[in-house]
Amino acid sequence: MFLRLIENGGYITLVNYDINKTGKKVTISTDKIKRIFLEFKRDYQLWIMVLPAIIVIFIFNYIPMYGIQLAFREYDFTKGIVGGKWVGLKYFKQFINSYQFERLIRNTLAISISSILVGFPAPIILALLFNQVKNQRYKKVLQTTVYLPHFISTTVMVGLLVVLLSPNTGIIGKMLRLFGLDDVNLLGNTSTFVPVYVLSDVWQHAGWGSIIYLAALSSVDPQLYDAAKVDGASKWRMIWHIDIPSLVPTMVILFILSMGGILSTGFEKVYLMQNGLNITVSEVIATYVYKIGLLSNQYSYSAAIGFFNTVINFSFLVITNWVARKIGNISLF
Amino acid sequence: MLSLSKGKSLSDVLFDAIVYLLCALIFLVIAYPVYFVVIASISDANLVAQGHVTIFPKGVSLFGYQKVFEDERIWIGYRNTIIYTILGTTFSMILTLPAAYSLSRPEFRARRFIMFFFAFTMFFNGGLIPTYILIKNLGLDNTIWVFVIPFAVNVYNLIVTRSFFENSIPKELYESATLDGCSHFRFFTSIVLPLSNAIISVIALYYIVAKWNDFFTGLIYIRDKNLVPLQLVLRDILIANQVFKEGVGLGGEAGGYAQRYADAVKYAIIIVSTLPVIVFYPFVQKYFEKGVMIGAIKG
Repeated sequence: MFLRLIENGGYITLVNYDINKTGKKVTISTDKIKRIFLEFKRDYQLWIMVLPAIIVIFIFNYIPMYGIQLAFREYDFTKGIVGGKWVGLKYFKQFINSYQFERLIRNTLAISISSILVGFPAPIILALLFNQVKNQRYKKVLQTTVYLPHFISTTVMVGLLVVLLSPNTGIIGKMLRLFGLDDVNLLGNTSTFVPVYVLSDVWQHAGWGSIIYLAALSSVDPQLYDAAKVDGASKWRMIWHIDIPSLVPTMVILFILSMGGILSTGFEKVYLMQNGLNITVSEVIATYVYKIGLLSNQYSYSAAIGFFNTVINFSFLVITNWVARKIGNISLF
Repeated sequence: MLSLSKGKSLSDVLFDAIVYLLCALIFLVIAYPVYFVVIASISDANLVAQGHVTIFPKGVSLFGYQKVFEDERIWIGYRNTIIYTILGTTFSMILTLPAAYSLSRPEFRARRFIMFFFAFTMFFNGGLIPTYILIKNLGLDNTIWVFVIPFAVNVYNLIVTRSFFENSIPKELYESATLDGCSHFRFFTSIVLPLSNAIISVIALYYIVAKWNDFFTGLIYIRDKNLVPLQLVLRDILIANQVFKEGVGLGGEAGGYAQRYADAVKYAIIIVSTLPVIVFYPFVQKYFEKGVMIGAIKG
């Protein structure tokens, strides 16, 4: 049995091995404890550095997962999370049978699917476009400008919509009047709520979303373009045959991630855009969970709806990931 | 392919023209609303409401800013948010950077498991109510600590930082440092951190923006008026239209008149509340594309 430091890909690693009769290295399981101890001795500083983060994540992300059982219990304010009577799927049934169920699912899906349909291609198109701007100064100014709205808070964003879209005093509201949309209150209308939500989201975040695609484009081998030029390819064809294929892996990963949020809409923006006039299309699962749980104190019912939401999202993530792996051999995990 | 004789073909010239036209259009669509808010905030409220202010400010008036600076709600919110942002960002950085370093060390055997432990929380969580009950039980609700301690580690930022350490710190540095008897603590503080300005600025900006713009935490956990963060004050003023403490008169000619002045205050407050974040960002921008994003999404 040998125990020594070997160089492993540039790193000094402690390896415990034996040489058997065929001359192959075989790690020895009987010395596992010893190895773990030695490794710990070597790595204890790494443990100390990662431990605070582990503790915070454990407390604030994992302990609430334990609290999910609330959805299956009758919450008792005096007994806490685990003290209440077990009621099984009562609250899930209550939710599915409630008159709100269909509307909430429909509204949530309407917002998130339109967001994906419009919001997913937008950054890709921007990146392809910006990548064609050869003048570095223009490009810099353009990028600085389109990234900027991303830093505006949701509250200010909705505030902006309120002042700019106002039919009486807002500049965009006035412009729309020129197109014959007279006195339409875009924020207080059931048919304009989703378009306003989605388009303002694209306005705010598409530029920022293009960064990741631009980074992918900047790593394309320039020889590919040279070769295409020699073959007489036009710029359109270079985009189609070089740029877009090089973005596919990034697209797939981001698409999987967005499918993982299919039943989630940003709580803040929807909540802030809600008003009495649009509530029939703007009440989504996230806002309903908040209202039922924290405003009406029906903890168990709210936890059940929240858990239902998480499970659907998680399933979509796993399914999309599986499909992407089968078809394109690209996956998140 | 029309001609190869003089460098550019017709279709390529057309192509460039379309590219520049579209870029100009996008620039206008993004920049104009922002520009409009700036000029509207320093123009006369009546002229803005009548639509006379389009390209240049008219009838310069600082009425909106004056009202903003007189409003103590904004001062309280501003003060609180500055405190929360500084404390929160500092705490988050102290947790994220060392953890990212540990997870970037290839010889650290537990790193795969720990990475999974972190990344899982990006896709699965306990939900609002269990989290709320936990934070209440810990006594963090309605204190400034609710802005600092829970969710101090953003897993996405952690992964981005880890990838940066993995790809940008030359392996030879660690080898030679260990030969000289350098520990991980020393190596991290005196070699890794000084080499990581790019990632430190970017991650700090992400945390600062997230904390500055956080509305949710205040909405859920804060009841004390003196602890309210800026974003909640903004909600009251910008969206709930509680611009003047007396309230805006509704309906009739007088109501419309008051609303014009209310809008002037809103334009000013949008500028005042967003400026601190916007001024930092151009300094950090140069780092955004430089390897910070690439390879980052794959956990």
